[in-house]
Amino acid sequence: MDRRHFLGVTATAALGLAALSTLPGSPDRPEKNGYAGVSSEERRRNRFPDVPLVTHEGRNVRFYSDLIKGRTVFLNFLYTVCTAEAICPLATANLVEVQKILGPRVGRDVFLYSLTLDPKNDTPRVLGSYAKAFGVKPGWTFLTGEKEDIERLRRNLGYVNLDPVKDRDPSQHSGMLRYGIEPLELWGGCPILSRPEVIARRLAWMEPRGGRANPAA
Amino acid sequence: MAPHIRSSGSKAHEKLVSRYMQEIRDIAKAGLSRRELFRMGLVVGGAGAAAIQGARGFKPYWAHADSLPFRSPRNTPFIDPLPIPPVMRPVTLNPAPTKGTNPGLSAVTGFPEASRPDHQRWEQFLPVAMYESIEKAVQHDFYPDIDGVPPSTVWTFVEPSTGNAGPLRIKARYGEPILHRVHNALPADNGGFGINKTSTHLHNGHNASESDGGPLHFYDARQFKDYHWPNVRAGFSNNIPESSWNGRTVPGDVRETMSFLWFHDHMHDFTAQNTYKGLVSLYTLFSDDINLDTDDETTGLRLPSGEYDIPMVFADKVFDPRTGQLFFDLFNLDGILGDKDTVNGVIQPYLEVKRRKYRFRFLGGGPSRVREFFLSNGQSFIQLSNDGNLLPRPLFRRSMRLQVAERVDVIVDFSKAGIGEKIHLQNRLEQTDGRAPTGKIIAPTNLVEFRVVGDAVDDSRVPAALLDLPNRNVAIAKNRSWKFDRTNGAWAVNGNFFDPDVFSAVIRRNSAEIWTFESAGGWVHPGHPHMEEFQILSRDGKAPPIEEVSRKDMLGVGDSVFGTDNSSKARIFLQFRDWLGNYPMHCHNTVHEDHGMMILFNVVA
Repeated sequence: MDRRHFLGVTATAALGLAALSTLPGSPDRPEKNGYAGVSSEERRRNRFPDVPLVTHEGRNVRFYSDLIKGRTVFLNFLYTVCTAEAICPLATANLVEVQKILGPRVGRDVFLYSLTLDPKNDTPRVLGSYAKAFGVKPGWTFLTGEKEDIERLRRNLGYVNLDPVKDRDPSQHSGMLRYGIEPLELWGGCPILSRPEVIARRLAWMEPRGGRANPAA
Repeated sequence: MAPHIRSSGSKAHEKLVSRYMQEIRDIAKAGLSRRELFRMGLVVGGAGAAAIQGARGFKPYWAHADSLPFRSPRNTPFIDPLPIPPVMRPVTLNPAPTKGTNPGLSAVTGFPEASRPDHQRWEQFLPVAMYESIEKAVQHDFYPDIDGVPPSTVWTFVEPSTGNAGPLRIKARYGEPILHRVHNALPADNGGFGINKTSTHLHNGHNASESDGGPLHFYDARQFKDYHWPNVRAGFSNNIPESSWNGRTVPGDVRETMSFLWFHDHMHDFTAQNTYKGLVSLYTLFSDDINLDTDDETTGLRLPSGEYDIPMVFADKVFDPRTGQLFFDLFNLDGILGDKDTVNGVIQPYLEVKRRKYRFRFLGGGPSRVREFFLSNGQSFIQLSNDGNLLPRPLFRRSMRLQVAERVDVIVDFSKAGIGEKIHLQNRLEQTDGRAPTGKIIAPTNLVEFRVVGDAVDDSRVPAALLDLPNRNVAIAKNRSWKFDRTNGAWAVNGNFFDPDVFSAVIRRNSAEIWTFESAGGWVHPGHPHMEEFQILSRDGKAPPIEEVSRKDMLGVGDSVFGTDNSSKARIFLQFRDWLGNYPMHCHNTVHEDHGMMILFNVVA
C-alpha cells in the first residue's frame, strides 16, 4: 500500500464518520464542572514523554514529535549484548524479515524503532554497527539516550515487570513488540518472536479497510 | 557460545558485536527456534534463570506509567438505581437473512453483510427469532448527576427498534433458533482507545464456527454480520440425538442445558479495549421445552423470574480526573485494574427490592479483576449455577470468588429482611495488580445497595435438585496440555506464540479429550475454550471443590484461585460435538489474550 492509498482510505473512513453522525445518539464532547474537553491531538501528545534521543546515525530527535507523531510504527526494546536466551538478536533478525515483508512502506508511512535498554554501552556507533550487522534498511532507527529518559520511556510503554528482580533484568523486556497507528490512537502488541508474516499482518488488521485474518472464516 | 561484552563503544566491542551477530544470524538462517538453541547450549541463560527465582512484590497497577499516577474522580455512592438490562425485542429483518453472505443492503443502516462462510445446518435450524443491534458510540453516565462528572463516550450495542443501549439482554429459548444481526457503526475516531472492527462472541454458546464470533472473524465498520445461534444442546447430531427430562423429549443432551451466557466483542488484539469501552451484553437461555428453567416462577424449577431475575455485569474502570472520561491504560501488559467498580454501567448503584427471593446473575466483566462476593448482613447466597450452567443441586455459600468471564446465578432471599433495611453486595478480595488477587479477604467495597422497600408475592422456590451432570463415560481420543506462561515479557502457551495460521490441535468432530491447564505461577489465567463447555476432573491431582463439580467454560489456574492457594494445574473433560471449524482457546484476562495468550483448534469431520 503506498502513501496515496493510505491517505485515501483514511479519507474514506472520515467520510464514513461524517455519514454516521446523522444517526441518532452520536457523541459530542461535553465540557462541564471544570472537566476539560480534550482534543485528540492533546490526548495523543500526553500519551508519550517527548524525551530527547539519539539515533544510530547520530541525529538528535524527540521521541514523540520526531518519531511517533502522525506515524504508523513498530517499537521494541533491546540491548546489543543481550545474550540471555538470545532474545534480542533473534528479535532483530525477526524484525529484519518484517521489514522485508513491509517493503517500500518502511521509511515512507511505516517506521520501525528499536530502543536500547543499555544506553551506557549502546552508543550511537555501537547501535549503528549492530544495525549494519543485521542488514537493517532505512526506515528502521535504533535509539539511545540518557539513562533516565530511556527508563521513562520503558515504563511509559509498559516494558516492565512488577517483580523488581525481573524488572532489573533487561532480557525480561525484550520479548514484546508494540505497534500503533498513532494518528488513529490504535495501539497493540504481540510477542516479538511471532512469525514475521504474522507481525506484518497485524498491521493490516489495524488499518482501516485493512486485510482480513482469514477471509474464509 | 556468545561472548560476554563489558567494554563500551570501542572498536573491539564493535567487532565482538558484529561477530556475535553473524553467529546469531547464521543460526537464525538455519531456522532454529529459540528452544532448540537453548537445548543446544548455544544460548547463555544466566540472567533469565536467576530472575525466575526472584521475589514477588506488588505495586500499584499502573506504576509502569509515571505520567499517570491519577485516581478516578470520587463518586457519591447509591444515588442512581441499578440499570436493568433491557430485553431485546424480536424484529423482522430486512433483507431477510440468508444461508450465505447476504447479497442485499440493510434497510436500517444501508450496510452490506461482511463476507462469511455459509451457516452450517441452516435448514435444520432456520431462525425463529430475529434480533438486530448496532454497535455505536453513545454518551453514557457512569457517575450520578450530582457528582458533576461529564458523561463518557462508550461503544455499545444499540437496538434500533427501541433505541435501548447496552448492556442489553436477549431472552432466548431452547428450540427457538436465533439470528442476531450486528451492525458495526463504530467511528474511526476512537476517543483514545478501541478499534472499529468487531467480532461478536456468544460466550459459552455451542455454535458453528462462523457464528462463534472468534477473534479472527472480525469485520470492518459499515458492515453487518448475521450470527446464527440455534439454541441447541450439545450432542444433538451424534451421540445423544434425543433425550428426555420432565417427560419431554428434545434433541441433544438435556444435561448440557445452559442458562446464562453473554456476548461481547472479541476483535483480535483489541478485546480488552473494546469490551472495556462497553461492547458487552447478556444472553439468558431458558429451557421451557423440558419444563426446567422456564422464565416463569410457577412452572419448572420455579426459580425467581421476570422482574426478579436480574443480571449484573461487574466491570472496573478508571476515569481521567482532568476530563472525567473513561480511561484505558494502553501500555499495561499485566492486566488492567480500575478503581471504580461499575455494575451494569453505573458506579455503586442501588436496587429497591421486595421481601422475597431474587435471582441475580453475576458476570465478571473483566478486563482482569477477580472478585469475591459477600452480603453485608452475613447472609448466604444460594448458588444455582457455575458459569451459567445449572449445578446438580443448589449450594449455600457465604462468599463466591469469580474470575474474569465466570458467571454464577444465585438466589438471594430478602424475605426475612425488615422494610427500610439496607444490605450491601460487597467485594472483599484484595487485588493490587493485573497478575492475580492476593487471595486476602479485606475490608469490603460495596458494589450494590439493596434497599428493602416492601412486600411482593413470591411463587418461586429453592429447588432441592437442579440438573444432573452429563455422562463422562466416553472414550478419550487424546490428552493435551496447555501451559500459560510469560517469556521475556511476552505471553505464550506451551512456549509458543499465537499464530493465526497454525492449529495447535486438530480434533475429530464428536470426540472427547482430556485437557490439562497449567499456570507457571505468579499469575492467574482464566482459560476459556470456545465451542463446548467442560467438566473439571481434578485440581492439582485432587477432586475439585463442590462448586466446581459442574459444567464450566472458564478454568482459573494460578495464584489465589481458592483462598490464598495456588492451583497450578487442572484437568478437564471436554467434547467437540456437532459443529465444524476453527475455534480459539485463550486466557480470558483480556489483556493477556490480546497479546497472544491464545491457541486455535480446528474441529474436522
